[in-house]
Amino acid sequence: MAASHGLTVLRPGLQASVQDLGRHGHRQLGICPGGALDTLAMTLANRLVGNLDAAAGIEITMGGCEIRFEADTRIAIAGDDFGATIDGVALWPCWSVPVVAGQVLRLAGANRSTHKDGLRTWLAVAGGIDVPVILGSRSTDLKAGFGGHQGRALKKGDKLMLGVPALDAQQLSRRPFGVRPPDLGLDGDRATLLRVMPGPEFEQFTIASREALWGGSWRLTPQSNRMGSRLEGFELKRRRAVDMLSSAVIPGTIQVPPSGQPIILMGDAQTTGGYPRIGVVIRADLWKLAQAPLNGRLRLQQVDSAQALAAWDERLRYLAHVGQGLASAGWIGPAQNPVEGVRDAD
Amino acid sequence: MSDAPLRLHSLGEAALLCELPAPATLAHQQRIWALATEAMQWRGVHEVLPGMNNLTLLFDPVQIDVVELEMQVLSAWPQLAAAGIEGRRVEIPVTYGGESGPDLAEVARHTGLSPAEVVKRHSAGDYIVYLLGFLPGFAFMGGLAPELATPRRKEPRVAVPARSVGIGGEQTGIYPLVSPGGWQLIGRTSLEMFDPAAAEPTRLRPGDQVRFVVERMET
Repeated sequence: MAASHGLTVLRPGLQASVQDLGRHGHRQLGICPGGALDTLAMTLANRLVGNLDAAAGIEITMGGCEIRFEADTRIAIAGDDFGATIDGVALWPCWSVPVVAGQVLRLAGANRSTHKDGLRTWLAVAGGIDVPVILGSRSTDLKAGFGGHQGRALKKGDKLMLGVPALDAQQLSRRPFGVRPPDLGLDGDRATLLRVMPGPEFEQFTIASREALWGGSWRLTPQSNRMGSRLEGFELKRRRAVDMLSSAVIPGTIQVPPSGQPIILMGDAQTTGGYPRIGVVIRADLWKLAQAPLNGRLRLQQVDSAQALAAWDERLRYLAHVGQGLASAGWIGPAQNPVEGVRDAD
Repeated sequence: MSDAPLRLHSLGEAALLCELPAPATLAHQQRIWALATEAMQWRGVHEVLPGMNNLTLLFDPVQIDVVELEMQVLSAWPQLAAAGIEGRRVEIPVTYGGESGPDLAEVARHTGLSPAEVVKRHSAGDYIVYLLGFLPGFAFMGGLAPELATPRRKEPRVAVPARSVGIGGEQTGIYPLVSPGGWQLIGRTSLEMFDPAAAEPTRLRPGDQVRFVVERMET
């Protein structure tokens, strides 16, 4: 498996890092799962370039990124496209396109006055980004400083290697094609709707707080990052403040610190916390949160476990359909590219 | 001792929280470790995460229904003996005070003990790792002498040096990595607490018995 110098980071933008489907099974040691915050986007982009779902790609935050490919290969982006171009030609999300050595992918900055105002983009390259596998994953743990490329966010001038692509030369250079991106399902006033199960401490909150959680409109503040999305809105209060002992938190957990302003934990959040957990965003909706625009509005909808499972099934069906579609178009089929399992997005 | 009732609660559709009423005790924690060990054998459970006085099971709801999992937990719980896992004995050499422990004087002031006495009592303690969390390899330990308890700093540090030994409230612990933190820093160890490339990435594991050994004391 000879790897070759595949790409050079000319400009990383606000934050770009190597991520795959995450580092699982080590929470007991305090190691967070990390990984692409939108595993649906990462999976789609990977399939579009013939990669396994678990191949590593690059997560780009708020555009402003430039990457030069040093070898002929094939790429796909998913998530917000930030006006992406390859040598000036538009690259749409969820399209699979060939690139030749020397071509440059450019994502515009976030300061554009269009309707599209997402947050993150996921880039897959045929063969996947080849960095060492540490504790079962190629993801960058930015907080602990290991994994990915030298345990840190990408910097200008970084040169990354690529793995060996599953595609043959003919497939690599095949003309561009695309699939329809998943629907973010913004409601009428462009708020992102997240489905949420009540958390273990839900009942400790005042009735007004519980009602405001579901009824209120929440703003996603710019103080959000890979550890947590910080919301602003109604001040959530408990009926009485009981001290909490350290207990597990997982991506999607909505914890409420003393300020009363909730934080939805993301992939890089710590494994245990001591703040009350008023709710947990269902797994099927975490990708929407990863793409929700800063200063944009969120609405939280109460669901139960059965609805959460139905939503997850829907996601699996969607991915299976995409897999079948790609297979019938002569692309790498599901047999070579197993449908993602449960481990990708807990 | 099967008297402690276990409260179950979903943490999303793919995690189940099992918790005991306060206070946290070593006996409770030992049974929690035992439950963790047992649950890892169950179909559909792919990760366990002990907290303080609680345990969270991460499971695949396609493989096991949450109601079935709850029944398994509740029927296993009364059968479990407290001796869950065999903790190792780990000695942590510490340079106390000086640049390594900039808050030693503050802890002395708060406790009314001399810095030397704080060090003596801290290094005389037998500590048990209850859980790892917060950071990779960060151990929450029980066993701090009550008179050494000192509140966290009002202004947390932006960057606590790696391997710092601190006191936060009634707990003591070691920062494996550079990190923001509010604990009072009394010393630093020369041991690496986290090495992601090692077969066992963290020096400490839940259940380990820890002693701090005075390597040096600086003023």
